[in-house]
Amino acid sequence: MADGIRITRLNAWFGPHRVLKDIDLTAVPRAVTAIIGPSGCGKSTCVRCINRMHEVVPGARVTGRVELNGEDLYAPGADPVEIRRRIGMVFQKPNPFPTMSIFDNVAAGLRLAGMRNRAALNEAVERALLHAALWDEVKDELGKSGVGLSGGQQQRLCIARALAVEPEVLLMDEPCSALDPIATGKIEELIVELRKELTIVIVTHNMQQAARVSDWTGFFLLGEMIEFGPTRGLFTSPRDSRTEDYVTGRFG
Amino acid sequence: MSRAAARRATNAAMNVLAALAAVVVILPLVLIFGFLVFQGSTALNVDFFLHLPKPVGEPGGGMANAIAGSLILIGLAALFGLPLGILGGVYLAESRDRRLPWICRFLADVLNGVPSIVIGIFAYTLIVLPLRHFSALAGGVALGVIMLPIILRTTEELVRMVPASLREAALALGLPQWKVILRIVLPTARAGIITGVMVAVARIAGETAPLLFTAFGNRFWHHGLDQPIAALPLQIFAYAISPYDDWHRQAWAGALVLISLVLVMSLLARLATKGLYNRRGNYG
Repeated sequence: MADGIRITRLNAWFGPHRVLKDIDLTAVPRAVTAIIGPSGCGKSTCVRCINRMHEVVPGARVTGRVELNGEDLYAPGADPVEIRRRIGMVFQKPNPFPTMSIFDNVAAGLRLAGMRNRAALNEAVERALLHAALWDEVKDELGKSGVGLSGGQQQRLCIARALAVEPEVLLMDEPCSALDPIATGKIEELIVELRKELTIVIVTHNMQQAARVSDWTGFFLLGEMIEFGPTRGLFTSPRDSRTEDYVTGRFG
Repeated sequence: MSRAAARRATNAAMNVLAALAAVVVILPLVLIFGFLVFQGSTALNVDFFLHLPKPVGEPGGGMANAIAGSLILIGLAALFGLPLGILGGVYLAESRDRRLPWICRFLADVLNGVPSIVIGIFAYTLIVLPLRHFSALAGGVALGVIMLPIILRTTEELVRMVPASLREAALALGLPQWKVILRIVLPTARAGIITGVMVAVARIAGETAPLLFTAFGNRFWHHGLDQPIAALPLQIFAYAISPYDDWHRQAWAGALVLISLVLVMSLLARLATKGLYNRRGNYG
């Protein structure tokens, strides 16, 4: 199939402030691409440009090309709503819809896209929850509120919600930064599973996490991509001295 | 005295002071309600809720028409004020534009401060004069205009309080903005908006001035929304300034019914939204 996500000469601004400078990055299908770097380096902004969430912020602007399987996501006729259905996203803090039950949270994307068939919804919700490794923990309380779950469960619920609409790509913006090590471990196992079917881009400030789960890694610093390559290579023999300083813990 | 003991003493004293302040704040309500029960309960009976007022001198009679009239006027006001106020509040909170919302917000605050009798004159000029007679409709519009800024501003505040992370989650799922607002933002803010609506209802339920030359009052059942209609505050006003003891007692009873009406409606709204407060969980 397809060549996944290809970003060329991507620039992004918040008002007058340029936060991304000529980023080139490719995320190949059925692999995990990690973006690492210190706080404020633009890594979150970069993934938010992929599903056109950056422009939601007032004053934000983007130039450059982002392609999904060869299709330009910033083409004049491209519909951000349509794009976001094909590119799922998981955020830093778990954010289940508080007015909805666990079932309704997972079904939200499908329902709002027009699916009404009860049996099909049931099946899709079960599949998404199984996929997100949450089914066994919640199958008897699907009617309960999503915000009653633990932080780690809430985050897996959000992953299930994103997976339910069967996206081609899953973006994860520091998905474990609000979780304890055990919950983090579960999400990381899940990422390794999901990698078999999806293109995954994960932002993390945890270098060990990038090393554990990703196939490719890009190192960002002050809005620029300093180095991009296979994860093992980037961590063991970085080409740029700044990358080396960061991965060996000399700053950041 | 050791420092720890001094601190404990200060803490205890402040606790008592704060509790006392809280009691003083709710004391007027308790006193008013108690006084109304004391004065009004003598004239309060089943007849009061079921019968029309009797002519002077004839004992008995009730305020059935005024109770129904007040409910109809509140309903009409809500019909005008709710959709406009809630939609406008959503606009103020969600719009990316700065100027128009700023102007709307400012004017709404001014409108909130306009004396209610002036709003009565406005409805009189707008509806009573062209139709050439007093009407329930005119009363409803006057009360609706009073409701509008209250609902507008509370809706705005509460829609703003919905965490950005929820909007982002919904947008990232591929929902268009209007669905994000309708299916995610408004349900999340619902409990608070209903509370705001009840505050507005409580405010207009007791308004007398704007009804004087719009709804006008009526000693009988009304015949259509384009006709004058009775309202509890008007009836209370008319009876309270009358020279008859019997009517004074009925005015007290009317006041008691009015305050109970507002209390019961607030309570029902609270109960209806109780589950929502709990479900808000850590987003509260």
